[in-house]
Amino acid sequence: MRAFELSILGICFFAALIAAGRAHDDVFAIHCLIAAAAAAFFFYRRMDASERIDYSATGYADGVVRAGVIATVFWGVIGFAAGVYIALQLAFPVLNLDLPWTTFGRLRPLHTSAVIFAFGGNALICTSFYVVQRTTGARLISNDAAWFVFWGYQLFIVLAATGYVLGGTQGREYAEPEWYVDLWLTVVWVVYLVVFGGTILRRKEPHIYVANWFYLSFILTIAMLHIVNNLTMPVSFLGSKSYSAFAGVQDALTQWWYGHNAVGFFLTAGFLGMMYYFVPKQAERPVYSYKLSIIHFWSLIFLYIWAGPHHLHYTALPDWAQTLGMVFSVMLWMPSWGGMINGLMTLSGAWDKIRTDPVIKTMVVAVGFYGMSTFEGPLMSIKDVNSLSHYTNWTIGHVHSGALGWVGMISFGAMYYLTPRLWGRERLYSLRLVNVHFWLATIGIVLYAASMWVSGITQGLMWREMSPFGVPVWSFADSVAAIFTYDLIRAAGGGMYLIGGIIMAYNLYRTVRGDVRAEAPMHGATSDAPSSVAAE
Amino acid sequence: MADPKKDDVTGVETTGHEWDGIQELNNPLPSWWLWIFYATVVWSIGFTIAYPAWPMLTEATKGMLGYSSRAEVAKEIEKAEAALATTRAKIKSSSLEEIRKNTELFDFAVARGGGLFKLHCSTCHGSNAAGAKGYPSLIDDDWIWGGSLKEIAYTISHGIRQTEEDGLPTEKARASAMPAFGAQGILKRGEVKAVAEYVLKLSKQDHDPKLAAEGEPIYAKQCVRCHGAEGKGDRSLGAPNLSDQIWLYGGDRKTVFTTIYHSRAGAMPAWLDKLDETSVKELTIYVHSLGGGE
Repeated sequence: MRAFELSILGICFFAALIAAGRAHDDVFAIHCLIAAAAAAFFFYRRMDASERIDYSATGYADGVVRAGVIATVFWGVIGFAAGVYIALQLAFPVLNLDLPWTTFGRLRPLHTSAVIFAFGGNALICTSFYVVQRTTGARLISNDAAWFVFWGYQLFIVLAATGYVLGGTQGREYAEPEWYVDLWLTVVWVVYLVVFGGTILRRKEPHIYVANWFYLSFILTIAMLHIVNNLTMPVSFLGSKSYSAFAGVQDALTQWWYGHNAVGFFLTAGFLGMMYYFVPKQAERPVYSYKLSIIHFWSLIFLYIWAGPHHLHYTALPDWAQTLGMVFSVMLWMPSWGGMINGLMTLSGAWDKIRTDPVIKTMVVAVGFYGMSTFEGPLMSIKDVNSLSHYTNWTIGHVHSGALGWVGMISFGAMYYLTPRLWGRERLYSLRLVNVHFWLATIGIVLYAASMWVSGITQGLMWREMSPFGVPVWSFADSVAAIFTYDLIRAAGGGMYLIGGIIMAYNLYRTVRGDVRAEAPMHGATSDAPSSVAAE
Repeated sequence: MADPKKDDVTGVETTGHEWDGIQELNNPLPSWWLWIFYATVVWSIGFTIAYPAWPMLTEATKGMLGYSSRAEVAKEIEKAEAALATTRAKIKSSSLEEIRKNTELFDFAVARGGGLFKLHCSTCHGSNAAGAKGYPSLIDDDWIWGGSLKEIAYTISHGIRQTEEDGLPTEKARASAMPAFGAQGILKRGEVKAVAEYVLKLSKQDHDPKLAAEGEPIYAKQCVRCHGAEGKGDRSLGAPNLSDQIWLYGGDRKTVFTTIYHSRAGAMPAWLDKLDETSVKELTIYVHSLGGGE
């Protein structure tokens, strides 16, 4: 088996080198070299004859989860930093540095992909591997395949990020990587589905836990969305450029069918899966309502897939499609809130923990922001609201209250839960630092969202204001000047969020090292150690 | 736990399932949740009956209200145009000079022209029309092609250095073409330096008299035909005034040298291609009113 793998890696290495030499453009050549370097790296690792045992004392494959936790925190800090930088670019254009590689246009997809796919994706993959094993009582069907998913996904991230900076892009929102990167991700994703689905099939529990429904719907739907949205014709087998299979408004709708469901199935369903495991575990309380979990799961995944056209209100998209996009978004309100109710009400009987446990506090705020942004979403999908909010910073604020508030905070909670357990530590290095992180992040989000509301509504009102003479009252540049202060507040909020992320990275690093900070317990709690850890 | 199917804290039944220690309570759906969900569904069905919604075999249902976003926009535009129609008709039929002298038409044209300027012109000339490097200021009395109503209207209508689809210049666009004296090899590098120094002298700036003296005969040979002996320029040729210390690209030694060495060729769209004649008139009156109109 090893000989076979080594020869495959060897062939990949030489094929990539030849392709690099014959490439039609720099992006493709550099990507081939990266692929060759990756093949050489894994060849070298595979030469090591000693099998690495990843199974912890529990018998689960946890090595890949540990790697995932490190990757999540690493990419998180990178992604937040990129976000703060481009926020400052909007306030101070000189920060574009007059270099093609550092312009806003290239760094923006770098930021969005880093936070959604690198940070969020790694968080989803590693928690799904952890959760599926715990809730099925079965080990992952293949440790090697799980490691392939991990490393394959990191390679995807590196190819995507370098591609953006070098100017290789399909120009499709949240799906910027070119055709060969898409193909690679497809391979990785199918293996992910096989590992996850196969483990569920091997479960020792009679029923499939709700977290796994959400994870599975996320993996399956993302596969479908990714493949359809990325149907392109490469210009050449040895070049990076490709052209979409769709044109005009059909292309726009395909992109937003994908884009909106990336929000729905990646950033919502996937992270609900995370919530359904880590909130009850950290709160040590049962899930509030089984019935609600079933009803809101099926209604959510049925309704979400039709809501994409609300991104194309008042465009060339026919009216009927706009209407449907809007009503499906409005109907999505309660199904989304079902997750919030189940998350928050799971704390009934354990609300006192908010005072003593900053990790549960982080998760509660995450669920709160989830509820807020899933109310704001349907609201903004209503055409009359959208005519004001569309193309303005309000949309950016909305996305960030979901991304920073919901996705970020629930992931932080999961990372704080996982790290002591995965590395066999008694407790986190410092709960007080978790508390500092919590407040930095929460205040950062509030600054971000509030400044973007004001900024977005200012833009919307200025753009639509017509004089009695039938001409605009403001020029576009006037509206840029008007939001300068809000741009600064937004950057400050993002900066606080970034600092919180760095504090988390430090806290988790010390935890992994086995350090424990000498500090007073939180708010008079008798012990800082979560009792579940002590019990395990 | 006394009863394995009951939660001690809340007394609610569990489903009896357990995964890694996680149980599920058998709470019913919150009724407010359910009723709001029903309400959104009912509202949505109603909305799709009222508005265009369901795709059928050949076309989608049109909705009972007969709404169409295009018709809506057309109606709004029609209404806005109707409100302005009388005055705009007068502007169309009046000469620029007549508009300028008629208070009602003048105020109207300035108001509309100002909005059109924000929409179409401010990107280059700035919201306050003060210009930027390479884009002339429109609030001073220094004009490259002329600041009378007629000349301003001509510049706006036909643009500067516009080409047709075949890449060749249009018939009417304004165009001047100063040679790239250095890059085209007409003058040596040292000669460009000397003549740049002479231009500094013409614009009454600090200069090296010896070098400027070297540049004077070169200026007389190469530049005088367009820019004039005293550097006053020639509007009929679009040759800028070099003596007034107002510069399009900059009047420092380095920029003047670069301009002479490589030449410059800014461009402006022919707005008559995009706007109607009345709008161009309104823009003309506005730009003329900014302070420098002649």
